[in-house]
Amino acid sequence: MDKQYTMQDKASWPLWEIFIRSKQGLDHKHVGSLHAADAAMAIENARDVYTRRMEGISIWVVESHHIHASNPDEAASFYDPANDKVYRHPTFYDLPDELKHM
Amino acid sequence: MSDQIDYILHLGDNALILGHRNSEWTGHGPILEQDIALSNIALDLIGQARYYYQYASERINACGHAPRLVPGHEGMPVTEDVLAYLRDAWDFRNCLLVEQGNGHWGKTVLRQFFFSAYQFELYGALRHSRDSQLAAIAAKSLKEVTYHLRWSGEWVIRLGDGTGESHIRMEEAMDDLWKYTGELFSPADYEKAVALPGIAVDLATIRPAWEVKVDDVLKTAGLERKEGEWMQKGGKQGKHTESLGYLLAEMQFLQRAYPGCEW
Repeated sequence: MDKQYTMQDKASWPLWEIFIRSKQGLDHKHVGSLHAADAAMAIENARDVYTRRMEGISIWVVESHHIHASNPDEAASFYDPANDKVYRHPTFYDLPDELKHM
Repeated sequence: MSDQIDYILHLGDNALILGHRNSEWTGHGPILEQDIALSNIALDLIGQARYYYQYASERINACGHAPRLVPGHEGMPVTEDVLAYLRDAWDFRNCLLVEQGNGHWGKTVLRQFFFSAYQFELYGALRHSRDSQLAAIAAKSLKEVTYHLRWSGEWVIRLGDGTGESHIRMEEAMDDLWKYTGELFSPADYEKAVALPGIAVDLATIRPAWEVKVDDVLKTAGLERKEGEWMQKGGKQGKHTESLGYLLAEMQFLQRAYPGCEW
């Protein structure tokens, strides 16, 4: 391809995280990420990349740099202390038979 | 009857040829996500072409008004594949606009925008055709076309109103393509004949809406119409630009070299 026809600065398209709701009543789930110039294009790209096979009815996009993540190095102090706290699980209730999906 | 078949083939040829042109970008798009977007549009259009060709075959086989096929295939039963692969350029009735080469990305999206804006109005009206089959195809396809129009319109604005470089490219694309937009609204004899009984769309009725939509996007994109430019036409009657021959040579090669080949 002619040099002048290639995109000059591909890195200038930011990365976006894509969240799709598969049906009414369910929550949006992270499905992956893609590049787009702005939010409108990110939603259209997500429509074309992630909902081609009827996977969704609603799309959220968030620019990746807005996501702040926990540090894997701190996993021990963050998560391990919950190991022995069984009383935090609501497993001591007797549920009536009529209650489903709990 | 033959006018109606010509009209159905015209609708199918428009969709097939533009679908094929768009499919030439598959694997070559400027960025993965847009490669997929345009390939989706290509598949939508080829899907529309299949509906028209299936319907045309049905009518052709029922009434015996066979289209001219390439030598060695005369008289064979007509199917959707026969209509796509075994007619030569002068028997295709697509508009000149859809056969034009892809050029750069800006030209491809401008071609798509002009055509999608046309198809959007056309299908909106064709939903009320007295031919219930055509009305059903139009109603189903209109949803697809609505998205094609949105996608291509946003690209025209993005590039027309983008950088100095992208604006110049879009002006080049306008120079290349505007002259083929007049034919969209210049009815062929078969279109006039089937518009009267309410089967085809009277193109004069949808032109104003097309102009409003196109003017709106061009204005936002900072691009100008080529007022008073000579309009090319003839595609609907089988008089094509040289582009179509090259396209068919690639698209039809396999079936022409190995008739009936399946894989």
